[in-house]
Amino acid sequence: MGRSDRPELTAPPDVFYNEEEARKYTDNTRMVNIQTQLTQRALELLALPDDGRPKYLLDLGCGSGLSGETLTDAGHVWLGMDISPSMLGIAREREVEGDICLQDLGHGLPLRPGMFDGAISISAVQWLCNADRSSHDPRKRMKRFFETLYRCLAKGGRAVLQIYPESTDQAALLTNAAMKVGFSGGLVVDFPHSTRAKKYFLVLLVGGHAALPASRGMDGEDPSDEEEAYGAVQVGQRRTKRRKGGKAGKGVEWIVKKKAQQRGRGHENIKPDTKYTGRKRKVRF
Amino acid sequence: MKLITHNMLSCPIKGVKNGFPFRIEVGEVATREADFDPTFLRHILPRIEYGALRAAAASLGFADLPETVPEGATEDDAFLQALHHALLELHLEEGALVCPETGRRFLVNKGIPNLLLHEDEC
Ligand SMILES: C[S@@+](CC[C@H](N)C(=O)[O-])C[C@H]1O[C@@H](n2cnc3c(N)ncnc32)[C@H](O)[C@@H]1O
Repeated sequence: MGRSDRPELTAPPDVFYNEEEARKYTDNTRMVNIQTQLTQRALELLALPDDGRPKYLLDLGCGSGLSGETLTDAGHVWLGMDISPSMLGIAREREVEGDICLQDLGHGLPLRPGMFDGAISISAVQWLCNADRSSHDPRKRMKRFFETLYRCLAKGGRAVLQIYPESTDQAALLTNAAMKVGFSGGLVVDFPHSTRAKKYFLVLLVGGHAALPASRGMDGEDPSDEEEAYGAVQVGQRRTKRRKGGKAGKGVEWIVKKKAQQRGRGHENIKPDTKYTGRKRKVRF
Repeated sequence: MKLITHNMLSCPIKGVKNGFPFRIEVGEVATREADFDPTFLRHILPRIEYGALRAAAASLGFADLPETVPEGATEDDAFLQALHHALLELHLEEGALVCPETGRRFLVNKGIPNLLLHEDEC
């Protein structure tokens, strides 16, 4: 799951998406195409009423506006939020139609209740699983984010968050955090049988219990392991099923936090946090 | 920052009860033409805090909004034009948003409000 090189593990988002990276990202035709497709799919999953009326939408982690432009093309008005000044600077340079704010999603959305017909987020929310500062508690940040997202959506509104979770646990963590604040819905996984094409959409509904939309690309073979079997399951209730063999260890987030605390207390020889931190070791014979 | 955004934003500082509307400190204002779309305006009007919009528009130098939403507003072309201009064409380019409760200033630079909080505010 996820990509081999995870930017989430290299630096905080506002540092990673600096001027150079923001420009590289936005000028990359392949990236533009991927983000456009992901946004089109998110819009489809948002299932806005087909009444020809433009809607008022949120784009969370809007970046340089690639996702937002797809919303504009579909005729909607949007407000974008992002934590990277460089990404927003480029959005402004490109004169995107949406309005944009510098904002940390983990601090919650500074919005009046019931204002938005829907929200999308493309390739951003997995960042909330990281503790980028010692003061960050990812669980708290997720809670704050989902609470305020729930509140600012109009009745019957939806949020569709396309995420790149690092693991099934991380996907479950985000899903559960959303369900706890009152959302229903769950994960829709497109092309679950393909490592490369597999895409995760957290589809969140305010009130009501509409059925989850079907995943795309389900006609492949039977899923071979649990990760793939994740499919379009309803995750409305807290997930009780554990990974085969029980849950191993405390999870990356906990380890990174503990290590930061120890460093803070002046301990030396604390191993640096890398992409291997907290990973399960392969069983070798 | 457009005034439709101003009308949605509420101060995110922990413990603030009345974080709406932000008071606007005006540095620089810009006007950019946007496509007039009455269907969107009719859709969004019920969600707009009209008094706050009118005051905000006035502080940006646009005083053409009537004191209250006129009867039959959704079919009133002159009103919809004014509403369109106020919500979507006026931009606060430089300035600040000031929390009505705590007085905390959030700067607006190049049209982008900086709503990042200090750790002790969240
Ligand atoms: C891969 S980019 C996607 C941008 C845009 N949605 C698109 O489709 O092109 C991820 C974005 O998420 C933003 N981001 C990450 N963590 C964030 C946070 N805590 N608050 C706000 N934005 C965040 C990053 O700054 C970055 O612009």
